Amino acid sequence: MLSRHAPAPQTLSAVSHRLAPCVSAASRLSTTATVSRPQQRNLATVNDSAPKRTYGGLKDQDRIFTNLYGHHGADLKSAMKYGDWHKTKEIILKGHDWIISEIKASGLRGRGGAGFPSGMKWSFMNTKGWEKDPKPRYLVVNADEGEPGTCKDREIMRKDPHKLIEGCLVAGRAMNATAAYIYIRGEFYQEATVVQQAINEAYAAGLIGKNACGSGYDFDVFVHRGMGAYVCGEETSLIESLEGKPGKPRLKPPFPAAIGLFGCPSTVANVETVAVAPTICRRGGSWFAGFGRERNSGTKLFCISGHVNNPCTVEEEMSIPLRELIDKHCGGVRGGWDNLKAVIPGGSSTPILPKHICDDQLMDFDALKDSQSGLGTAAVIVMDKSTDVVRAITRLSKFYHHESCGQCTPCREGSKWTHQIMDRFYTGQAKEREIDMLQELTKQVEGHTICALGEAFAWPIQGLIRHFRHELEDRMREYGSKHGGEALAGGWEHDAAKKGKLISPGQ
Amino acid sequence: MASKLTPLVFRASSRALRQVPRSQWRPFSFTVPSRSSDTLFVHRNTPVNNPDIPFKFTPQNEKLIESIIARYPPQYKKAAVMPVLDIGQRQHGFTSISVMNEVARILEMPPMRVYEVATFYTMYNRNPVGRFHVQVCTTTPCMLCNSDSVMKACEDILGIHPGQTTEDGLFTLAEVECLGACANAPMVQINDDFYEDLTYDSTVSLLNAIRHAAEKTGVKGTKPGEIGLGGEGGKGVYTGEDSGVKGGDSITKREGTTEAAGVKIPTPGPLSGRKSCEPAAGLTSLKEVKPWSDEFMRKDGEL
Repeated sequence: MLSRHAPAPQTLSAVSHRLAPCVSAASRLSTTATVSRPQQRNLATVNDSAPKRTYGGLKDQDRIFTNLYGHHGADLKSAMKYGDWHKTKEIILKGHDWIISEIKASGLRGRGGAGFPSGMKWSFMNTKGWEKDPKPRYLVVNADEGEPGTCKDREIMRKDPHKLIEGCLVAGRAMNATAAYIYIRGEFYQEATVVQQAINEAYAAGLIGKNACGSGYDFDVFVHRGMGAYVCGEETSLIESLEGKPGKPRLKPPFPAAIGLFGCPSTVANVETVAVAPTICRRGGSWFAGFGRERNSGTKLFCISGHVNNPCTVEEEMSIPLRELIDKHCGGVRGGWDNLKAVIPGGSSTPILPKHICDDQLMDFDALKDSQSGLGTAAVIVMDKSTDVVRAITRLSKFYHHESCGQCTPCREGSKWTHQIMDRFYTGQAKEREIDMLQELTKQVEGHTICALGEAFAWPIQGLIRHFRHELEDRMREYGSKHGGEALAGGWEHDAAKKGKLISPGQ
Repeated sequence: MASKLTPLVFRASSRALRQVPRSQWRPFSFTVPSRSSDTLFVHRNTPVNNPDIPFKFTPQNEKLIESIIARYPPQYKKAAVMPVLDIGQRQHGFTSISVMNEVARILEMPPMRVYEVATFYTMYNRNPVGRFHVQVCTTTPCMLCNSDSVMKACEDILGIHPGQTTEDGLFTLAEVECLGACANAPMVQINDDFYEDLTYDSTVSLLNAIRHAAEKTGVKGTKPGEIGLGGEGGKGVYTGEDSGVKGGDSITKREGTTEAAGVKIPTPGPLSGRKSCEPAAGLTSLKEVKPWSDEFMRKDGEL
């Protein structure tokens, strides 16, 4: 009875947030505890809400990439034995509306990092009156897997190439594309060769090409190789690169679905997104939607690297708890879970998470977004207590400095600048207030660049400052005690003024 | 104000000075060409790399190039610039200025557009590289798994630092960014092949084996890609035919070593005994893969 008159717990906590920042920590704890409870509760309430579902523990029969560990050959015959190209003709004949509605029903979200709903993205190609446009239309498959930590597309390409090619046909049919280009990163020589072999086989068997699978639909698949540019993983720069230009991203709009590759309507999709499409159509969108939490459905390839006992790539259900993922498939963190220091949950450009968040973190788009990180490409980089986090993030800053294409100023200059600042932070040769300056600098870059590389190098640094600020400060203090005083801003020695090195006005 | 106060003569004299014709060339500054993956974006003529060195594709490659151009719309011939440059690099050993000019001629595009592409992408080596291009990944996932020791092994065995080539022209060492085999970190790419799951010792034995095999077969004079470790000149990417390439179960079934000139060289892939990306302590999933059956098909009769 009392509880009915009391305000709902959520409004309470919202008020307390506004009231006093000092109690906000406590109220945050209370919200997490109360949110899961039903909002109104009487003394004799029967708790009839659905039982709490746990995620993970995907069965082998529900795995899409059955050849992940090289069980059978990559050739057409074995691929067909294990389910590829099964009833593809029927799927094609169902038409684009049916395929897109299946994909929409499955709740598939793009596996390349942004997590945009795939069904919706593909439907952008079929705008009103698209049939009257005589231009060719393209599906571009993004196999330029360059994000540090990510190694899933590689396994699909070299072990299950026919899933990818069949996926090209199905996804291509959904968006009424005339051809698909698979853009494979240049370093993947073996993978590109296996895919090319598979394409040759599929052409010879009449599965693609003129009258693909006997459905009367013409569809070509080509391989294009990148040459070692991380930025070409961004959709518009990938298109530029395919056109034979330096891979510098384009401004959007116009979006690729209107004007893309060779000036024609095109859509860029990740390898994994494309490769799961035929299986979804065969087994039904509702089957795929049955995995994972709402709006984060499906299965996903997770690549776990770093300080775990058995790093591996594994297909699991979305929303699997991070701890279960690591304990079950990777033999746990080196030295036990308590030895964990931090995890980068979704490839290098997602912010780092400290252990206390990892303890009960679900691995899906929304749960990780709530923890101020992201699922990205589901590339989990695990760091144990022996790790120098500052060095790890500094190395990422170097990576982004190296990979910035140099087109827009905030990223070109910002990535170099943050790399230099992080280099100083690594040695501790900085002032504490420079941490805030760096934070502000990354905020200035974020959202002011043409492509997402600006965010990509800003977020890891923001994550580091958010969760490991104390390490940075310790390092600076240590440097100060060793060198007779804290460094002056800009990395000068503590006695730079005495030595006459500071000659700027006012000093 | 200054312009009014300054006597006209001064300004006139400075103008006269400015009009003295200046020579159109600047004195050469000799810099050691650094060979990290972000080399200078300029070309300087050297005895091995200048536009006067003739370059022509072999008839075999010309045929290949024709088939590649056919993959792109006819009015977008230039889209083939990246693969054609790659073939040129494999034929010549590196992307010299004459390779770029020849590519520009074939694809009917301005040479500057080819230079733009060749300078943008890091896999075009615009300076000669050794027979074996050893590229050590040092990005965070590899760094966590101690890529420092791999780099140290390379430096110890080869006696060079990143960006340098050994005196016998066999090895070039480079530090590169993420190569996309993070579950098998740390790793090294040698020409087209990935060697994964390395330690200091396995790196040492790998490099020693390659060096011994190279010395015995006398491949010193050849160029990278010509008889690549992976197979027939690295053209499988375009033709799909390369017997050295492994896909599917041939990855799992591969032998630990191959023999070249009586020397055992580790085959590309993980050197720790793992087959590919599976957990080292035994499979946790897909222990038994059943052939496809209709049991799992959708039951609503849509298909």
